[in-house]
Amino acid sequence: MGEPFIRVENLEFSYDDEENPIPALRNVSVDIASGEYVAVIGRNGSGKSTFAKLLNLILEPTGGHIYINGKDIADENMTDEDVFAIRRDIGMVFQNPDNQLVATIVEDDVAFGPENLGIPSAEIRKRVDEALATVGMSEFAKHEPARLSGGQKQRVAIAGIVAMLPKCIIFDESTAMLDPVGRANVVDMMEKLNREQGITVITITHYMNEAVRADRVIVFNDGEIVADGKPAEVYANSELIQRAGLDLPQCASLVEGLKAYGISVDGDCTTPEKCADAILRAIGGSRGK
Amino acid sequence: MKNISIGQYYSANSPIHRLDARTKVLLAILYIVVSVLCKNVFAFALLLISGIFTVLLSRIPLRIILRSLKPIIIIMLFTVFINLFMTSGDRLLFEWKFIKIYVEGIYNAVFMAVRIVILIVGASLFLTYTTTPIKLTDAIERLLWPLKKIHVPVHEFAMMMTIALRFIPTLSDETDKIMSAQKARGAGFDNGGLIKRAKALIPVLIPLFVSSFRHADELATAMECRCYHGGNGRTKMTVTHMRFSDWFAMLLMVALGTAIVFINIYGKGYSM
Repeated sequence: MGEPFIRVENLEFSYDDEENPIPALRNVSVDIASGEYVAVIGRNGSGKSTFAKLLNLILEPTGGHIYINGKDIADENMTDEDVFAIRRDIGMVFQNPDNQLVATIVEDDVAFGPENLGIPSAEIRKRVDEALATVGMSEFAKHEPARLSGGQKQRVAIAGIVAMLPKCIIFDESTAMLDPVGRANVVDMMEKLNREQGITVITITHYMNEAVRADRVIVFNDGEIVADGKPAEVYANSELIQRAGLDLPQCASLVEGLKAYGISVDGDCTTPEKCADAILRAIGGSRGK
Repeated sequence: MKNISIGQYYSANSPIHRLDARTKVLLAILYIVVSVLCKNVFAFALLLISGIFTVLLSRIPLRIILRSLKPIIIIMLFTVFINLFMTSGDRLLFEWKFIKIYVEGIYNAVFMAVRIVILIVGASLFLTYTTTPIKLTDAIERLLWPLKKIHVPVHEFAMMMTIALRFIPTLSDETDKIMSAQKARGAGFDNGGLIKRAKALIPVLIPLFVSSFRHADELATAMECRCYHGGNGRTKMTVTHMRFSDWFAMLLMVALGTAIVFINIYGKGYSM
């Protein structure tokens, strides 16, 4: 496949503080292929959000390189057009839906991104209708965002990014402020965009149950990547997860608890069904009706 | 607080609602000019008739229109009394000690009342009642577009207006929350004198300010992520065009103005 979609090399970042800069990321190197569904997890202050903001140049790295499609975006010679091209390709959905919506009518807000790109009116109309259909908000096209629920607002925010036809969408704790229903909706949406439209999805989260749904989990701790792999592999290393200050997903912690009683469960335990099967295998039973 | 309505927009499907917002801004300005032009009885009569016609055409209930006059009743009464007592003329009607009322004074008082009513009703009918704030902002942006040539940040002003309108419900929700939070800690907002009440609002306003800065910061980041870079090279999803009805409405208004100028010149009777 050659060059990966995103290649991060020895990335460093410190927050400015005259005398003693506060390092947020240290020597981070990672490749993300086009079409991957990646969850980035870590406790507060682990650098996971900083990492996300560096990928579309909301922050500028203080060291190292980020290559998007082979182009070094940490290069100082980036023109404004280059920056816009990166931001068009890598969209970002934030935590608070209220702070992302610009217009007073849902469809006008979805049109905001494409309008900024200078796309002809008829094409914007088409994109807006398609994006709203994708997130299932078509019937709310003429509503005011203020009258929608948090989950609905967040779906409008996602539509606003989808209408720009990005190659990748970063969800920066986009589910943190939502109620359980809204959260489930948004996570379904991530999966759908990834599976059906081939969009690379990077989700920054501290909900372990969301992270297990990704193809790949990257764990940050103290500004460094401490684990990177399939969810089942990463969560199998319970000691590492706890060291990173994270909770195990419920299934993994059940398996962990069983271990204390001498029952060792092997295999993929990322979903309740798979976990139940693995436990049954371990205790030598078979799953009834 | 969720149901807070911004402005006085009255949703209906009338010929005036259907006009382009730019037309309505121009009509409002023209109407104000026309009402100032009126000089004699016939001109004011025509103005009043045109006003009634416009109200009927807009399909907005009379009680809602009257509500817009409430805040100016004092100013109106004041103007009427000043005109009534201060105008001097030839035909003395009534005299008592230092009060003298002339026929001209009555004319002037009525004229001023009609003029003020038409000014307010006309402007609010074309602008706030039949046009949503967001369409109004768009219209003003497009009408002022030529000013970009002399570096007036027209787009930026319109964007600020839009965002302000967008955040009114958000901030009013937040005010509610902060007030509840302060009440839960024993703050009282409903008792005490004016100064005490104003002081009680400080613990609400400070968190509100802080949080609106946070809103602004996050919104700016989100807008940057969506490639916002000012008005240059920006397109619009919906571009409205002036239609026949728009030109016709403006023609009517110009005709009204012309008619009033003629009546001013050739009309008989008292002229102010």
